[in-house]
Amino acid sequence: MTPDEILKGLYDETLAGNGPAVLSLTNQALEMKMEPGTLLFEALIPALEEVGARFERGDYFVPEMLIAGKAMAGSMEVLRPLLADTGVQTIGTFLMGTVKGDVHDIGKNLVNIMLEGAGFEVIDLGVQVAPEKFVAAINEHQPDIVGFSAFLTTTMPMFKANLNALEKAGIRDQVIVMVGGAPVTQEYADVVGADGYAADASATVKRAKALLAERRATVNA
Amino acid sequence: MSEPREPLHTVLRSPSKEVVMGADKPFVVIGERINPTGRRIFQQQLRDGDLSAIERDVKAQVEGGADVLDINMGVPLTDEPELLVKAIKLAQSLTDLPICIDSSVVEALEAGLEAYEGRALVNSITAEDERMEQVLPLVKKYDAAIIALPNDADEIPMEADKRVVLTEKIVRVATQEYGIAIEDIVIDPLAMPIGADPTVGRTALDTMLAISQRWGLNMTCGASNVSFGMPGRHAINATWLPMAMTVGMTSAIMDARTPQIVEAVRAADLLLGNDEWGMNWIAAHRARQAAAAAAGSTT
Repeated sequence: MTPDEILKGLYDETLAGNGPAVLSLTNQALEMKMEPGTLLFEALIPALEEVGARFERGDYFVPEMLIAGKAMAGSMEVLRPLLADTGVQTIGTFLMGTVKGDVHDIGKNLVNIMLEGAGFEVIDLGVQVAPEKFVAAINEHQPDIVGFSAFLTTTMPMFKANLNALEKAGIRDQVIVMVGGAPVTQEYADVVGADGYAADASATVKRAKALLAERRATVNA
Repeated sequence: MSEPREPLHTVLRSPSKEVVMGADKPFVVIGERINPTGRRIFQQQLRDGDLSAIERDVKAQVEGGADVLDINMGVPLTDEPELLVKAIKLAQSLTDLPICIDSSVVEALEAGLEAYEGRALVNSITAEDERMEQVLPLVKKYDAAIIALPNDADEIPMEADKRVVLTEKIVRVATQEYGIAIEDIVIDPLAMPIGADPTVGRTALDTMLAISQRWGLNMTCGASNVSFGMPGRHAINATWLPMAMTVGMTSAIMDARTPQIVEAVRAADLLLGNDEWGMNWIAAHRARQAAAAAAGSTT
């Protein structure tokens, strides 16, 4: 196989959610001394972008998104240490968690997949994440963005509690805060003072990238 | 395999109508659309005090064949108890169907129970101690029935065994600590989206079978949960409910406007022997014929 054939195969098999094929192509590529960054930026990420686009159009469904994400994750397990060695940067770090009092995680996990697919490093704190745990994790990982997920109208107020905890810890301005979940609306996000909201996994990626670009433009200006 | 228990009967009432849920009774369709979650325009109308959408939704659910109406007024940034009371009173002025009072806010549940005339179904509690402590005294005080989900503060268990253990806890606490009759506990066995995990259908079915064999409790679920993220959702939901009915599902919170799903559960009633001589099935057929004839004569 030529490098171009490998890249095309990786793209196609990721899009099809064929985990074993993606892993085997990844290993083949590395044996051929292809750059890990090339595999990531020229095959895996474009494949997941296409998954997102198809999902948005209604051509792709949740299971297809999940298996494509899993296929990419399998390859990333091999690539991640190599990427770190070669100094390839992720586009940003996204800290994610379902708020305290809430154990729902299906939507959050889909969002994680699409964020990783877009090249974010995602740190998932799981469910039932208390405000102080978010604060500690922000201090530890220094993420660009933190995401709060809530599935219930009763747990949505934890967004405000989390934001208050960030304020109190003096780290509110260090991170972009995004919120989401089935009952959450843009209006609610605005009222609690979040920086961003998105209605689904694919929209979250777009919004996260846009917020990050805005933030970096401001910081560099 | 042990035989299913003698079915328990959950009785719900409005001032003029009684609905009985049980494995030997027709499936109870709990109409679900009176709920603003995810409906931005409806939310804004409710915030502005415009309840006209409720009138329309109640009418549509009743016409679609709902037996009970689920009313949820979970609009963020509003006075939910006040709104829920208004919605319940409005619904009771429009229909004689019993109501399922649906809120995660305890104050709203209490206000709703206080305002409701009849014997309500309350949606819902989990096996979390705090939630049971807050809601079960209200269920007792207002003589209602309660939907309970076998998850706790740690997780939504993905194994049937763990869900049965949490069901056992709910039954014990509700009956022994709060004096609630076992037949007034309706378990939601947690039917999760099949698109996100291919094993969840079997897990829910295993959970239901175990619960019906052990206690004969009534069960319900959100009918459209299973098909989340999939194409052809109506067909999936219409297949899921009859499957679940064979292992003890006796009601579902569902959109009665979808004939495909309503017909599926009514056919299952017939096939399970809960529609004797098919009288309901035949009556529904005649009603459709009459409606079609009426529509034909006006054109």
